[in-house]
Amino acid sequence: MDDLYRDYILEHYRRPHNFGVLDDPTATYEGSNPLCGDRITMMLGIKDGVVSDVAFTGRGCAISQASASLLTDEIKGKTVEEVEKLTPDDLLDLIGIEISPARLKCALLSLDTVAHALADRAASHEAAEPERG
Amino acid sequence: MAETTTTHSAIHHAVAEVPARHVGAAPAGPAHAPIDPVRVRADFPILGTVNRFGKPLVYLDSAASSLKPQAVIDAVDGYNTQYSSNIHRGIYEIAERATGAYEAARASTARLINAPEAAEIVFVRNATEAINLVAYSWGRRNIGRGDTIVLTEMEHHANLVPWQLLVQEKDGDLEFIPITDEGILRLEVYEALLHLRPKLVAFTHVSNMLGTINPVKQLTEMAHAAGALVLIDGAQAVPHMPVDVQAIGADFYVFSGHKTLAPTGSGALWARRELLEAMPPFLAGGDMIREVHLRRSEWNDVPYKFEAGTPDISAAIGMGAAAEYLMDLGMDAVQAHERELTRYAMEALRRAIPTIEMYGPEAEARGGVVSFNLPGIHPHDVAQILDRSGICVRAGHHCTMPLHERFDLAATARASFNVYTIREEIDALAAGLREVVRIFER
Repeated sequence: MDDLYRDYILEHYRRPHNFGVLDDPTATYEGSNPLCGDRITMMLGIKDGVVSDVAFTGRGCAISQASASLLTDEIKGKTVEEVEKLTPDDLLDLIGIEISPARLKCALLSLDTVAHALADRAASHEAAEPERG
Repeated sequence: MAETTTTHSAIHHAVAEVPARHVGAAPAGPAHAPIDPVRVRADFPILGTVNRFGKPLVYLDSAASSLKPQAVIDAVDGYNTQYSSNIHRGIYEIAERATGAYEAARASTARLINAPEAAEIVFVRNATEAINLVAYSWGRRNIGRGDTIVLTEMEHHANLVPWQLLVQEKDGDLEFIPITDEGILRLEVYEALLHLRPKLVAFTHVSNMLGTINPVKQLTEMAHAAGALVLIDGAQAVPHMPVDVQAIGADFYVFSGHKTLAPTGSGALWARRELLEAMPPFLAGGDMIREVHLRRSEWNDVPYKFEAGTPDISAAIGMGAAAEYLMDLGMDAVQAHERELTRYAMEALRRAIPTIEMYGPEAEARGGVVSFNLPGIHPHDVAQILDRSGICVRAGHHCTMPLHERFDLAATARASFNVYTIREEIDALAAGLREVVRIFER
């Protein structure tokens, strides 16, 4: 009966993976859904174009926090390009439960926050070292 | 309750004859019989429905929008099936019937809040629109640089954001009456704020999150003594308790029809006639004018001056039917029923979940609203799990973000009651919350 609250979702919620802070993240962003109060700060350590380290903090509903936990596992070790290509559907597959339309924002906040962190980093890079050639 | 049937049929027959002005006496009258929940629930067809799992509807979100009784549905259907036409125009039978029903609804709405005359009721879509109407029409003429408007920390966004826009535009100021941790307005601070000589004090009659019933008469008298006008947001009061705008002494009073057993798209602004007459139109177009020339026009009388264009006629007629339905039950009886339920709910929820956090005053001082949190469980998760059992509660900030900030809360879950709510539904909520805890603790 508890499709939405399967054990592994609640497990990720109760004991989220990669929960914490990075000392010196290369990319960071705080995302939030003001309407429900979900809040996630994503911190990425990027080395040679690869997300070598990732951590997040946050508070919110089980769906938003479990989603962040699952996503951080997924992107660790992937190249920035691969991470940038992740779609909402990829994340929903990862979460693996039926998400009702009203809860999509909760489920997708983690991916949205990662995308913002990468975009901010790209923007600051361009500002710092203008493209050559 | 014995008089219900006669009054109802009398109203339906009298629709075209009810005069639009000079409404009858106060709605108070003799005390009504206690609410008979079984009988009341039979009036609400939606309560016979089940959800996707076959569970009966347990609707505990009446503060967001109420269910509609058959009398209201019939009134709307009657317009659509028998005399669907525009008002104030046609010289033919069904148009005259539509005009009669629309103006009778205005009279019923006026009686529900004991407005001195029906012409002081302006039909709007909801309380939000009513407040915006006042902010644009009265506000833009009467609020200038350095003028102060006093609000409270517990306002719904509808009674906050229109005033923010107004003072931003006019370079005025907003001040806020703070609340105690129990959710009660701090009158000693209000007293001090009144030394700023505000032009307007606007506050909610009943908080949609805390349930606090504010001392509106006292607040109004204090405002008037300081020379301010008073606007009261009655969205959570009119559906649930006797409201007498004359006894309160208010200047503006607003409420939503859709929270008052009426269709969406219905609501009312009441204001004292001299205020309405002095205010410029808000929306311009047809029906709000007396004479139109190419370069100038003359306004129609109140309330028509504020009802430009074809209104939501069927919704207004539905609101009239809802007002009659509620007055037949008796607002004193409605309030007694909901107060008893609120008391029962607060006890039942504390018993079911001893660690539950509830916000706002004790049952005696509140309307039928209980906002709460289960420690460590986000209200969205609470609402989602309850939904499977057919239980509808609101989860979020209930359009009161500053109030949630005041309590350092991201969100709350809220159960809210109405005349059709019964103890069994509270029991279902308590059982549902135990299930939520069971799922999260497994």
